[in-house]
Amino acid sequence: MERRRFLSKFISIAASGTVLSGFFKRTFARSPDYDPKGHYYGMGIQIDKCIGCGKCVEACKAENDVPKEPFFFRTWIERYVIKRDGEVTVQNIDPRIEQSKEVFSEGDILRSFFVPKLCNQCEKPPCVQVCPVGATFKTEDGVILVDDDRCIGCRYCIQACPYGARYLHPEKETADKCTFCYHRITKGMLPACVEVCPTQARIFGDVKSNASPLGRFKRMNKLHVLKPSLNTEPKVSYSGLDGEVR
Amino acid sequence: MIRLIHRIPDALRRVLVLFVVVIGIALLVRMLLPAELKDSGIHVKTTIEHEMAKPVKYAGSDACTDCHEEAKLKKEGYHKNLSCETCHGAAKDHAENPTETKPTLPRMREFCSGCHIYNPSRPSGFPQIVPAAHNPLKPCVECHNPHDPRPPKTPAECSACHAGIARTKALSPHVQLECTVCHSAPQGHKLSPRVVRASIPAERAFCGKCHAKDVGAKDAPKVDMLTHGEKYLCWQCHYPHMPEVQ
Repeated sequence: MERRRFLSKFISIAASGTVLSGFFKRTFARSPDYDPKGHYYGMGIQIDKCIGCGKCVEACKAENDVPKEPFFFRTWIERYVIKRDGEVTVQNIDPRIEQSKEVFSEGDILRSFFVPKLCNQCEKPPCVQVCPVGATFKTEDGVILVDDDRCIGCRYCIQACPYGARYLHPEKETADKCTFCYHRITKGMLPACVEVCPTQARIFGDVKSNASPLGRFKRMNKLHVLKPSLNTEPKVSYSGLDGEVR
Repeated sequence: MIRLIHRIPDALRRVLVLFVVVIGIALLVRMLLPAELKDSGIHVKTTIEHEMAKPVKYAGSDACTDCHEEAKLKKEGYHKNLSCETCHGAAKDHAENPTETKPTLPRMREFCSGCHIYNPSRPSGFPQIVPAAHNPLKPCVECHNPHDPRPPKTPAECSACHAGIARTKALSPHVQLECTVCHSAPQGHKLSPRVVRASIPAERAFCGKCHAKDVGAKDAPKVDMLTHGEKYLCWQCHYPHMPEVQ
């Protein structure tokens, strides 16, 4: 008698267990074919290739619903003009304004170039350190994300970022920043800015992988990162970066 | 029990009450807090899921070549590395619903000059133009195929550029005459038409070779060169390309 009761109980528990475990697998498994442990993302930027056309800025705004006003950017392009008298001017490129209407006479220019900028997805991100509510964090695959539900819009992270990569989204009223197009890269696509760049000035990939465009970029170029003295260890590296770039 | 409480000194009793209240509030807050505030792992997971679920707007060039054979033609030429969406805009909607939504088809000069307008900050060697000096108002696509934008070949025929004149001249009495009978077109005119100009007849006597009394072709209309409109050049009144050379 004792034994029969035990068996029937055991069978019913085992059956419900398999059903439940199946349910849990289906509802809680993330995208089954994407494993963040297998990736660690980074970007390479070739200054010598950037033509300052602003296609990356337009694509980023379209892909990520960044407000159209010219002071909200997840990625942007700076134009550096170093004059013969040593004066350095930095302009933010607005692709809608014709660039020929400019104030420099060519004889004054010593050298000039464009620098695409975006979140450096730092290895040691200052923005994550200062967030008082823990709304921003680094994922396993090395991308810094912001939790919109948790962010209280206090702007600490915007102040803390040495690269000016964050802004306060005027509608959501939370901090917003480049995510390397997390929704695209986890599907195996390229970030929108890399996809549209007409001169391949931006190279995206896995920092660990050698047999990839980013691996080749790192082998073939002399690299530099922005503000290395701050020990933020950016994962966005530049080739052909001028000493005047801040 | 009550006696026991009374035996506790008054001051200590108040401290105990305060202690109990503080512990109680702490427990209550812990109970009321939502799970994702207690465990940061949950909010990290939901943020990542939220981020991954965002809609993709740029489909990527692989999606284009699935249907568009002509996109493969772009495999050669200077634009071979450009993504289709660099010029045609975000096209995920079009890839999913090809008949209902169409990508953009930019034909404005301003669109091409976004990349190709002269800017001293652009890398040297990148093809650039000064729009005011480069065939003003003429759409770029008339001479350059954007899918293979090699510089146009030097035209063999005048009509390659002067098609309007060629069509009216075909109906005029001068249809039999080659352009070069009246105009001299130096080789340089074909390469830079605005710097090296073709000539136009500068003397009355030139038209007189056919149209003066008692000379040249018998069927050409004759005038007395001495009395007919003496101080004007012929073509100032008679437009020689028109069907009725009035």
